[in-house]
Amino acid sequence: MPRTDALQGSLDLLVLKILSRRPRLHGYAIMAAIASTSGEVLRAEEGSLYPALYRMEEAGWIRAEWIKKDSGRRARVYELTAAGKKQLGAEESRWQSVSLAINRVLREA
Amino acid sequence: MSWWSRISNAVQGERLNREIEEELQSHLDEAIAAGRDPGEARRAFGSALRTREASHTIRVAGWLESLLADLRFGWRQLGRNRINSAAAVLSLALGIGSCVGAFRLMDALLWRPLPISGASRLYVLTRRMIGLYGKPAEDSYWATPDYKLMRDAASGQADLIAISDADRTDITWSSDDNMEKAHVVYVSGNMFPLFGLKPALGRLLVPADDRSPGIGPYAVLSWDYWNHRFGRDPHVLGRSLDIGGQTFEIIGVGPRDFTGTETGTVTDIFLPLSMSSFATQESVTWHHTFLMLKPGINPATALEPLRQHLSAVSHAFEVGCATCWRGVPQASIDRYLHQTLVFSPAGAGISDLQKDYRRSLGILGLLAGLVLLIACVNVANMMTAQAAARAQEMALRISIGAGRRRLVQLILCQSALLALLASLLGAFLAAWSAPFVLSRVNPPANPARLALPADWRVLLFGFVLMILVVLLLGLLPALRASAVRPVAALKGGEDPHSPRRLLRGAIALQVAFCFLVLFLSSLFVASFQRLQNRLLGFSTDRLLLLETVSGKGQLPVVWNQTAEALRAVPGVESVAIASWPLLGGIAINSDISINGAPPSPTPGWFLDVSPGWLATMKIPLLGGHDFRPQDTAPGAAIVNQTFARTFFPGQDSIGRTFDRATNRYFPTPGQYTIIGVTPDVPYRSLREPSRAVYYVPFDEVDNHSAPQTVEFATFTVHTETQNPLALAPSLRKLIAQRHNGLRVSNVTTQLDLVRDQTLRERLIAVLAGFFAAVALLLAGIGLYAVLNYSVLQRRREIGIRMAIGSTRAGIVRIVTLDVFLMIAFGGCTGVALGFGAAHYVASLFYQVKPTDADMIALPACAMLLTAVVATLPAVLRALRTDPTQILRTQ
Repeated sequence: MPRTDALQGSLDLLVLKILSRRPRLHGYAIMAAIASTSGEVLRAEEGSLYPALYRMEEAGWIRAEWIKKDSGRRARVYELTAAGKKQLGAEESRWQSVSLAINRVLREA
Repeated sequence: MSWWSRISNAVQGERLNREIEEELQSHLDEAIAAGRDPGEARRAFGSALRTREASHTIRVAGWLESLLADLRFGWRQLGRNRINSAAAVLSLALGIGSCVGAFRLMDALLWRPLPISGASRLYVLTRRMIGLYGKPAEDSYWATPDYKLMRDAASGQADLIAISDADRTDITWSSDDNMEKAHVVYVSGNMFPLFGLKPALGRLLVPADDRSPGIGPYAVLSWDYWNHRFGRDPHVLGRSLDIGGQTFEIIGVGPRDFTGTETGTVTDIFLPLSMSSFATQESVTWHHTFLMLKPGINPATALEPLRQHLSAVSHAFEVGCATCWRGVPQASIDRYLHQTLVFSPAGAGISDLQKDYRRSLGILGLLAGLVLLIACVNVANMMTAQAAARAQEMALRISIGAGRRRLVQLILCQSALLALLASLLGAFLAAWSAPFVLSRVNPPANPARLALPADWRVLLFGFVLMILVVLLLGLLPALRASAVRPVAALKGGEDPHSPRRLLRGAIALQVAFCFLVLFLSSLFVASFQRLQNRLLGFSTDRLLLLETVSGKGQLPVVWNQTAEALRAVPGVESVAIASWPLLGGIAINSDISINGAPPSPTPGWFLDVSPGWLATMKIPLLGGHDFRPQDTAPGAAIVNQTFARTFFPGQDSIGRTFDRATNRYFPTPGQYTIIGVTPDVPYRSLREPSRAVYYVPFDEVDNHSAPQTVEFATFTVHTETQNPLALAPSLRKLIAQRHNGLRVSNVTTQLDLVRDQTLRERLIAVLAGFFAAVALLLAGIGLYAVLNYSVLQRRREIGIRMAIGSTRAGIVRIVTLDVFLMIAFGGCTGVALGFGAAHYVASLFYQVKPTDADMIALPACAMLLTAVVATLPAVLRALRTDPTQILRTQ
């Protein structure tokens, strides 16, 4: 599945970025946002999204809260913490330098 | 946040799983609502279980979750056999509680530093020498002038502090006429500043209060005394109190936790050293001398030169002391001066209670520890048996991939649970037992008092003990269980002998410990019995003792008239006077010389008694007659047999004369003629061998025949009523109403004095007996369990043996032979250990030797009897084995 491979290592960055723009999203909404903002190119698999969310929650980058939806069911929504904002900055600059490097390599070739 | 959430998630594992489930489900709902195909959406998750597992492990602390699971499993294991588990917890609790209780007492009495600054720099000065009767002796009392010389000599490197014993003294508060008792201590003025103590009220004594005799009539109360006597009344400052004819003004209250330096006694009142009349006398050694190194002085290098220096200073003082040696034979002077000065660490305070109870408490701690070990062996046996029974389960766990660490953890969890429960229960026992034992240490009228806080020292000890117990219990079964080889176990058991070998070792160990406990206990119980049953030679029946004082002293005639008045009271049978009671703790000696010869090497001990005292005490006369009312001292004397034998060997002593040599107490010589001989009776203590004792008339005259005043004496009242104490209040009142200066300072009975002599022996005997009973019970239970288990294990073997014609005797032999071999082996080890331990506490025994045949035979019989009773059920079970049934089921 090429689409998932493209996400390798950058899922955290995407989730943090989405949450920094739109706080208090639940898991499905995050997945949907990744899909729509990337023009349906990138897709987060459920099987890796939730472990990633939990890992980031334990790391203290995001925090979760249960809310009641209109339908009466509960949903777990996530938002960025201060540590998460810092992490987002770090991940973004790391991504920039990596993609720059890759572009340079591609141009040389 | 994250650690905490992982830990709390581990505790609430089920809830966490539900939450993850719910979130995934809500995700699916959204997906379906957004128009995705339900089947496709569910497939997108992959295996739901795997996602959940992956999510779960991220959100919990794994080690904690497995630990909790093991604890739950261990708890269920314990619950499966409630009686066994309860017995295990109970026996461990008894052991742990006793150990912690013993530790609390020992720590409080021997090790806990005084609540002062620089306790680790505090030493006490004693001198070691060869004492009377050629035995090593220690003297920790010093004369004040000697102390001052040493203090000045040491001033560069250390400070010397003088502190007297906390004597129970008669005091009178100015506001009322009633006399009461308080523990009064004389201290040098530098004590409070050097100890870094701050007053709770007013001010404390300073060096200026102590500079010269009589200038500091000030008293400092201890916080404890201020609290219980005055209810922390701040107006106590400025009040005055009378001690021995001197008036003191209260100037302050000491800090809350400082109770003096005499561990076991709480000091009530501190007075300046120079206010004591002894402080100016060269010849009176009466207070302790402490040494506090100045901060920054290295004890390793500084102490020894300092010791030699002070030793030389003190020696020069004593050699030059003219009044010290008046009338003392040269041999005694030489012996005394040939002494070694010793510095001993005194950071925990010093007291006679420490000397008396150091070894006793040590031995009680040892007994408690042994009981704990026996209990541990029992429980470890139980767990080994359980582990053996679970060998197949363990093998299965290993086969499906459980790590060996996890298996060790599983079993250690179970033993930790046991130890924890036992520790909790034991804590209650320790909380109760230490004060209980302490309350029985001293006579009820003057109880020993120690702070017994449950602070970090006690908690740390308890915790370390618990860890040790966990390891003792669990390590062996855990290692055994984890060493299971799955192939062998699943095939149907490996070497069937290995657990039995282990259990046999346990039996030997247990028997050795148990025997040691029994052996020591029987020594202590026998000592106590022999001491208690010692023939006194005098009556203790209905004897009331009124210890009476008279301030500056009253003439004998006043004392005799008071005795006469007491005789007239209804219910009084007879009244006599002695200067102090027998076994009252007082002993005064003098050198004796016969026909003007130099004094003998051993002294004579005396007691002033009125006519009729011997009859009141029911001490018979072996020859001669009692004092007559007109007899005075010097003049007539009645001696005991040891006196007659020592000074007039092989002769009839009646009619002979001897001289009481002059010394600092008897400046005038006196000659005595022996008019009677009595049997030996215990003089100061029940334990010591008979001393040479002479009784002299209560009426003393000086060398001009003028009567001498008497400052204190004891009225010995024989009552008609069964309880002599019932008469005490009225007699006390009668003496006070006569207004002749006599006042009763203490009331007791001769029976109580005798009982007080055996308090320590009674306490040790009772506790040792208790530990012996527990040890025997536990060892019996252990034997029973081991043998029962081994018979169950060897069912098949026994069945086969029976089937091929083994006799019943043969079966009994194979079942019990090795057990009794182990008992014999353990017993021998126990005896060897016992001799070692008994050697250490030999000073506590009375007329009992570890090598006495009955001291070994008694524990051996008890052990053997227990073993027979404990093995009987297993033997019967073995004999009832039905071969056909066994062979069919196997």
